[in-house]
Formats: sequence, C-alpha cells, structure tokens
Amino acid sequence: MSNGVIAIAEQADGVFRKVSYEALSEGKRIADALGQELTAVVLGSGIEALSASLASYGADRILVADNDALSEYVTDTYTHVLGEILAKEQPAVVITGASTQGKDLSARLSARLGASLAMDVVSIRVEDQNLVATRPMYGGKILADTLLLGSPQMVVIRPNAMTRTESAGAGVIERITTDVGERQLSFVEKKLETGKVELTEADVIVSGGRGMGGDDYAVVEALAEALGGAVGASRSAVDEGWRPASDQVGQTGKVVSPNLYVACGISGAIQHLAGMGTSKFIVAINRDPDAPIFSKADYGIVGNLFDIVPLVTEEVKKLKG
Amino acid sequence: MEIYVLLKQVPATDSQIRIADDGVSIRTDDLRLVINPYDEFAIEEALQLKAIHEGTVTVISVGTDKTQEAIRSALAMGADKGIQIEDPALAGCDALTTAKVIAATLQPLSFDLVIAGHRAVDDDNFQVGPAVAEYLDIPHIPFVIQETVADGKITCHRTIDGGTIVLESSLPALLTTQRGLNEPRLPSLPGIMKAKSKPLEVKGLADIGLDAETLGEPLTRILSLNLPPERKAGRIIEGESPEEKAVALVEALHGEARVI
Ligand SMILES: Cc1cc2nc3c(=O)[nH]c(=O)nc-3n(C[C@H](O)[C@H](O)[C@H](O)COP(=O)(O)OP(=O)(O)OC[C@H]3O[C@@H](n4cnc5c(N)ncnc54)[C@H](O)[C@@H]3O)c2cc1C
Ligand SMILES: Nc1ncnc2c1ncn2[C@@H]1O[C@H](COP(=O)(O)O)[C@@H](O)[C@H]1O
Repeated sequence: MSNGVIAIAEQADGVFRKVSYEALSEGKRIADALGQELTAVVLGSGIEALSASLASYGADRILVADNDALSEYVTDTYTHVLGEILAKEQPAVVITGASTQGKDLSARLSARLGASLAMDVVSIRVEDQNLVATRPMYGGKILADTLLLGSPQMVVIRPNAMTRTESAGAGVIERITTDVGERQLSFVEKKLETGKVELTEADVIVSGGRGMGGDDYAVVEALAEALGGAVGASRSAVDEGWRPASDQVGQTGKVVSPNLYVACGISGAIQHLAGMGTSKFIVAINRDPDAPIFSKADYGIVGNLFDIVPLVTEEVKKLKG
Repeated sequence: MEIYVLLKQVPATDSQIRIADDGVSIRTDDLRLVINPYDEFAIEEALQLKAIHEGTVTVISVGTDKTQEAIRSALAMGADKGIQIEDPALAGCDALTTAKVIAATLQPLSFDLVIAGHRAVDDDNFQVGPAVAEYLDIPHIPFVIQETVADGKITCHRTIDGGTIVLESSLPALLTTQRGLNEPRLPSLPGIMKAKSKPLEVKGLADIGLDAETLGEPLTRILSLNLPPERKAGRIIEGESPEEKAVALVEALHGEARVI
C-alpha cells in the first residue's frame, strides 16, 4: 500500500532553496488532506544539522542521505539514492521544487518509478485520493488541470507560486546509508555567478530590453538593488549579447512570477509576456505610448527609461531610507 | 558518430492559443507549426558534431503526418534521415509514453549520442529527454550550453540555477539542449531541394515491437484547459516631469499596491 507524502528538499552549498520550503508547506497540506504523514528527504554532504530545521515545516520524519559523493548534484547518483528511498517508502505523493535540478531529477525518477508527473505546477488539489495539478502549458498561455494516476504521483512545483507556511512536525531524523550506485557521469567543476539572486526565486525583478540600447545596465541594476531584486532581460537584449542567456525572461527563457516585475524598454511581445504574465504586479516604463506592454501592466510610465528609472531608484531609496 | 535528434513539432511561439470545443485540446486550424526551438539547437549541434566526427544524423519524431513537414525542415538543415512514428493508439499520449516509444525505436539501433530539447514549448513537460535516457539505461546531461566529444567521452557545460557546471559522461549518452548552445542555421535552398529525396521512414507501434496494451493507459490525463485570468491594462502614471512621474509611481507602489 502506498502511503505518505515525500517532499524532496533541495539544498545547495548548505542552504535550502526557497522553493524547498514551498514544497514542504504544500506537501504538508496534501498530507493533511490525505490523512497521511509528511516525510522530508534531503541529499547532500554535511547536511544533518541543516536538515533538522525542516521540522518547523511540518515534517514528521526527515530522511537524510549525507554522503561525500552527494556533495554536488549529479543526475545518476541522486536518481539512484532517491530511487532506492522511494522504492522502500512507497509514498503516495512526491513533491519537489521546479528548480533546474528538481526538473531534471523528477523527470528521470518518474521514468524509473513509472510514476505520473506534473511539471511546474502552480496549484494542487486532492480529488478522490488522486492529485489534480494545475500547470501552465504553451509558455503560460494556457493553464491545464491535469489528473495524476497511479503511485507515486509526482508534483514539481513552480517557485514563488505557492505559499510557505510553518507548522510543527516531529522531525525525527533517520540516516540513509544507501550507496550512490554505478556512476557514469563525473563532476568536473562548478562556476557560480556570485551574489546573483536567482530569477525564478526573486520577489522583485527589474528587466531591461532592447530599449537599453547597449550593455550598460547600471540604471536597471541600481533599481533592482534598491528593491532587493534581480535583473532580467528580454530575448533581444540577450541576442545582442548585452546580458547572459540565464537572464532571459519569456517563453524560451525563464518563466517568473515575482511580486513586482518592472519592464524597462521592453515592448511586450507575446513570448516575453508568456514568461512574466503571472507576476503579481507589473510596471512598464517605455517611451512608446502604444507599446503592447502597457496593456498588461498595472502601472505604466511613458518616457525615456534613462530619465525615469534613476529617479524611481532615488524615490525607492528615500522610502526605504 | 551516429547521432539521433528527437524532434517535436509545436505551435510557433507567436501563436495565439485557443481552446477547442472539447475543452481538453487546442484548436489547430490556422496554427502555424514549427520545429520546437530547443530541438533546432539539437539539430544544429548534431550537424556540427557530424562535421567534426563524420557519421549520420537521424531525426526521430512521434506525431501525425503533419510532423513530416518538421522532419523535412530538419533534413533541409542537413540531417541525413528521418523516422516518423505514428499510430492511432498514440493520440493524447503523455510524456512517459512518448519516451517509451522513442526508446523502443532507438533500442535496436546503434548510436553514440541522442540529443533532445530540454522542453517542448507546447506541453512544457521537461520530461521526455531524461525519460528516454532512463529507458535506454544511458546517462543524460540536461540543459547543455557547450559540449566536446573526445576519446569516447563527452564533456558538457550545463546551466544550473545561478551558474554552470561541467560534467563528463561516457558514450552513448543523451543531452538536452539549452539556449546558448549554438545558433541554428536556416535551411538553404539546395538543402531544401535535397531534403525532398532524403529517406523518411514512417513506422507504427508494431514496427518498433510495441502495442497499445504493453504501453498501457497514460498516467496523466488533462481534465480541462483554461485561459489564465486576463490581465487588464492598469493606469498610466501621469505627471508634468519625469520627477513627478517617478514620485507618483513609488507612492502608488507603496500606498496602493503595497508591493514595496
Ligand atoms: C521562437 C521565439 C522565441 C522567443 N522567445 C522569447 C523569450 O523567451 N523572451 C523574450 O523576451 N522574447 C522572445 N522572443 C522575441 C520576441 O518576439 C521579441 O522580439 C522580443 O521580446 C523583443 O524584445 P524587446 O521588447 O526588448 O525589444 P523591442 O521589441 O525592440 O522593444 C524595445 C522597446 O523599448 C522601447 N524603448 C526604446 N528606447 C527606449 C528608451 N530610451 N526608454 C524607454 N523605452 C525605450 C521601445 O519603445 C520598444 O517598445 C522570441 C521570439 C521567437 C521567434
Ligand atoms: N513527440 C515527440 N517526438 C519526438 N521527440 C519528442 C516528442 N516529444 C518530446 N520530444 C523530445 O523531448 C524534448 C522535451 O519534450 P517535453 O518533455 O515534452 O517537454 C523535446 O524538446 C524533444 O526533443
């Protein structure tokens, strides 16, 4: 009999991703609806103390696979360890975050376990002991209600889409000592863009498009910093080589839903809107009063971004001052 | 090198998507269909690898006969052969079923590398590539932005949240593409002419040793498609000067919207 909800909590370099807390909170809600237990699973190296903190998100048990060989995410080792854990636990539901790691791991695991999977889910409900997941398709132009069958049922939730709720759980730690399996992939090196807020997890994003006119993003960066947010870009700006591909927001870039999205010098093409249309609040700054972005923005300012944006930054600083 | 590219035909990204009367599929009349943008990266990368290591580039697509247009475009870009899998039993199949079909097609063939997109921009599943690799029991590397093949190994740079990592894998392996990998070429006119006579095999489930029963019922089912809530145009912040507009915007964001 399958039983229980397993939330896979992703950590990188000793810090949990924000979406991991969202996955636990949502996992707890589903577990309560099913009348079952919530178990958190953490993989990594030197992570036991960190893992204990998940008790405050409702975890009844916390399974910790602490192993030097798991210090970096590599698909084959992580899939092997999780595959063993899930085969033993036989959960009804597996929930995790749709980070790049979560998407990759869950896809491979779903095939290994023969599990139904819904990717990039924005809301979940329980119907007759099965999950119905709402997820964007066609780059966010459509929302699909998808019924999951069989067991386990895997839901991979979009960062920033669900709320993080603390609740006390017993948090009993169990150490997992399974081996990491046969390795076909080897980790060579990692390069981090230091100090950058990951776009998909940012509360505020300030994006610059072709209207930036070049690779000098100082005005946009200053506003992002004042708001405690991240810098994004349109595809045109990326194509021009002004910004790295990892900054691209849109149907073929990152899909983001921050509390506040500020589009500077972005016209609002359908592919761009697909990537940021679910932002809670949108501000557009564009010198063309007919730019399509204004029809999606909560507030718009018509004007030259190089005049407006620095003044907005100043006002924000005064307010936060 | 024997390279296989997994290709899906999808609506062009500038399409307006309309829900069909059945409520669970989309209207396909007037829809412009193209090669999934991430699969274009896959074709381009395969062609560049072939230019270095020689061999063959074969495109595999599961879909209806419409899909042949997309396969022909890939052949026009320079791929050598196409395989189209079509079967009535595959209508409405989910990602894992598609992956099983592709894996069954590849199983008897000899290959060094399979390249897929990291997602198809219609269903946005992010699932078929890793699932094919799992069924074939070969390693996969997702979100690849750079690769080199040497000494029977492939070294890949892949994106992660907040950076990149470098991984090495034995071959055969499967890669999924990420933006930044390359700039896909456009089909040339002679390429388009040549494509017409390149081999395109059409196979059904029986040809790849599968049947509807073995595949089973899909584990996911779309109950309904809905349009996201329409965003309404908000308010243009007016003002005599840029200063006034900036002040009014920040006031509104703080007082009215309460987002800062
Ligand atoms: C297959 C495919 C996939 C795509 N995927 C994406 C995607 O993921 N993301 C994406 O963004 N696009 C994507 N696109 C591209 C998309 O169609 C648009 O071309 C792109 O979004 C336009 O970028 P932009 O708004 O920066 O540039 P433009 O459309 O050129 O707009 C620039 C805007 O800046 C304004 N402006 C200029 N100077 C100033 C100034 N000084 N002050 C204020 N405003 C100014 C102009 O009025 C204009 O509205 C894709 C296209 C295709 C074909
Ligand atoms: N029907 C299909 N035929 C061939 N390849 C496919 C098909 N569906 C998906 N793929 C491949 O799998 C990738 C990811 O698709 P998806 O998991 O559907 O988002 C695509 O970019 C293709 O390379």
